[in-house]
Amino acid sequence: MGRGYSTIAFDAAKCDGCAKCMSACAAAKTGADDISRARLQVMSADGAFELAMCRQCGDPKCVTVCPTGALGKDAQSGVVAWDGGKCVDCLLCTVGCAYAGIAPDKSDGRVAKCDMCEGAPSCVSACPTGALRHITTARIYNEVGDWEDLFAPGLSGCQGCNTELLMRHTMRRVGPDSVLATPPGCVPGMGAVGYNGLTGTKVPVFHPLLTNTAPMLAGVKRQLKRKGREVTAIAIAGDGGASDVGFQSLSGAAERGEEILFMVVDNEGYMNTGMQRSSCTPYGAWTSTTPVGRKTKGKTQDAKNLPLLMVNHRCAYVATASTAFMQDLYDKLDKAIVASRSGFAYLHVYSPCTTGWRFPTDQNMEVARKAVETNFVMLWEFCPGEGLRFTHPVDAPLPVTDYLKAMGRFRHLSEDQIGHLQAKVEENRALIEQIATKSNAA
Amino acid sequence: MAHAQYLVVGSSHAALEAVNAVRMHDARGSVTLVTRDSRLPYSPTVLPYIVSGRSAADNVHLRAADYFAKQRVDYKSDSALARLQPQRNVATLSDGSEIAYDKLLLATGASPAIPPIPGIDAVPFHVLRTLDDALRLKNAIAGARRAVVLGAGLVGMHAAENLVKAGAEVSIVEMQPQVLGAYFDRVAARIIERAFVENGARILTGRRVVGLAAGAASVLVRLDNGETLEGDLLLAATGVRPNIGFLAGSGVAHDQGILVDDYMRTNVANVWAAGDCAQARDFFGESPVLNAILPDAAEQGRIAGMAMAGDPGLKAYAGGVPLNTYHFFGRHALAVGVGAVPVGGEERIRADEARDRYLRVVVKDGRLQGVFGVNEFFDSGVMRQLILRRVDMSGALDRLVADPLTTGREFMSRLWK
Repeated sequence: MGRGYSTIAFDAAKCDGCAKCMSACAAAKTGADDISRARLQVMSADGAFELAMCRQCGDPKCVTVCPTGALGKDAQSGVVAWDGGKCVDCLLCTVGCAYAGIAPDKSDGRVAKCDMCEGAPSCVSACPTGALRHITTARIYNEVGDWEDLFAPGLSGCQGCNTELLMRHTMRRVGPDSVLATPPGCVPGMGAVGYNGLTGTKVPVFHPLLTNTAPMLAGVKRQLKRKGREVTAIAIAGDGGASDVGFQSLSGAAERGEEILFMVVDNEGYMNTGMQRSSCTPYGAWTSTTPVGRKTKGKTQDAKNLPLLMVNHRCAYVATASTAFMQDLYDKLDKAIVASRSGFAYLHVYSPCTTGWRFPTDQNMEVARKAVETNFVMLWEFCPGEGLRFTHPVDAPLPVTDYLKAMGRFRHLSEDQIGHLQAKVEENRALIEQIATKSNAA
Repeated sequence: MAHAQYLVVGSSHAALEAVNAVRMHDARGSVTLVTRDSRLPYSPTVLPYIVSGRSAADNVHLRAADYFAKQRVDYKSDSALARLQPQRNVATLSDGSEIAYDKLLLATGASPAIPPIPGIDAVPFHVLRTLDDALRLKNAIAGARRAVVLGAGLVGMHAAENLVKAGAEVSIVEMQPQVLGAYFDRVAARIIERAFVENGARILTGRRVVGLAAGAASVLVRLDNGETLEGDLLLAATGVRPNIGFLAGSGVAHDQGILVDDYMRTNVANVWAAGDCAQARDFFGESPVLNAILPDAAEQGRIAGMAMAGDPGLKAYAGGVPLNTYHFFGRHALAVGVGAVPVGGEERIRADEARDRYLRVVVKDGRLQGVFGVNEFFDSGVMRQLILRRVDMSGALDRLVADPLTTGREFMSRLWK
């Protein structure tokens, strides 16, 4: 299998042209402060900033036109590496590159290019605005590919199902020393608990009631702990089971600090049983129990903010996540697994439902991404003592309509309803911001 | 009879890129590469640096020793292509053995064109096209005191510089009125010539050699003005000629080189050609040209490989753009595109000959046709793309001439997204 590589991303909208990246690069690579010798050059074109630097191409043209074998793509790091000992300064590599990513350094006429600073790019750490980011998500791809998938192949999720992706990733990370609880919902519905006496998982799995998932799992965990076995007790539950009829027992387990990891897959309704509304269904959404007709126009109540309720239980760890932001999701999964060894860990993952939300099956990631980019959902985490912080703040959100129009369940919305939702987004944002600010100040 | 789904003849840039492109799309199909050379692949472009000692002969390979085994490519060295029978899909090698192919790429490169000078058969002379040529020349240079270089193209100029640096008395004889006429105009060439003269070389442009004769321990070179040069080392660097002798009777159409379409296909089924042996579309003109430069060889090889493997990502060849990056005596010269000002076009020049700096830009309808610089810094790859994509730069010509590096990047950056 091929490898994924870390990369340096540039967000022109966040760049103010301060040139600190170039100074840092020049210092790191030439030991001087002449920014014209930096391996990345920020420039202004049409009032917007652009970046001339090596893209570490997957199929690098500079390498194909090098006559000496001085250039080559490193299979481990992905860096297009230059060997000064082999280079004869013919400059042909500069002919191959369309990105001005390899160019002669005026000081000695030898070509110079970005080498990613051995995995810790100086330019990124020097960037004060967040315009430059070091994207290391490839780590997940490289590592996860080697981990065992703990679900059986051939689960019968809907085409394009986000939940199947999420639970396979989650259990790969949690690993085989675990016990899984999946109350009624899509997870067992697609076969995770199994058929005909066989489970759909490669770890012990059980099927509690909607009402007793958390305490039943807590009991299993306590018994295993008593016998001296270190396992991760994890529930993968739907939003309906967690926020409605299962809430009382969830709240109780959190209050007692049971050492379990409770993951809620929030597809904003009872999608497995025919798309009924839940208390997590957003305002205005069509479901089979909040129909759209002459009089009714979808759900008339706002969604319950379940993760915020869990923050108020002072759990060992609470976070929201999205499969459109895998690096963020994995960071939180890692923390939640650790937290579940000493207390109650809660992960709330927004999970667009292609069937119930009415959008094409190839659009799941796009819908998930739009939810975050409009602040319809926000990605944050809470730890006692450290408070709540945004992990992917969206300071210039897209209008909420960009999210709403991506799916059919909001197609009927009136201007007023859209206005209501936009106001709700801003209200939620303000509230969480307030909590985040205060806890950070404390 | 041996059989290969893909048979590639040649082992330099075009051939290697083709193999890479085939493997990108077809991991399993059997690939055989045959080459007349006895070594691992290398680039003819590196040879002047072998001569100078800058590169070691065992450190310039374009592929590691285990590359072909890893890619499951059958690598046959010391095997020149002797004859082609496309009606049978069979290639005959120099040792008489035959290989049947499904698809064949001819990337046979070129060989030195030996000038038809009276007496050339009777004197020892060097050429520079293979690693063995380079090693021979390197040895000869060590003992050379007076050298004569015929031809002031890239190979001749590089070799002459090495000879000068080795302490020889060097004369360069060129028929054209200037050096490097394929890439640079008179002014740029003058700066380059001056660097050579300052370093002790003698440059005789606009001169023809009318006869060669063997002296006591030297070669006598008689020029058309009656002068006779005497040298203990003679290098013939008067251009190259595609290797296409094996085409006789094959029905594969050729002019100066093997004629190919925009997917590097010849007129004969299952036969492609790429690199220095191919005559392909000219980006600037109607008739197909030989554009025997490394970047075009790599590009053509890649296209041929993709076409042979049936890669759906295949795109047509945009046409050859002349290119040259040239280092001389610590200075550099860059040429991208064509220098002749087309009808309706214009040129802009910024020159400071006293400081050995020169920049010339040729445009037509606001589109860049060529950019040429001596001791100027700009991104050749960016300029090449601006030419290929016919980017409208009208209104920015003054800036382009004043600061080609920044202006080029600025225009290109709009296409980076």
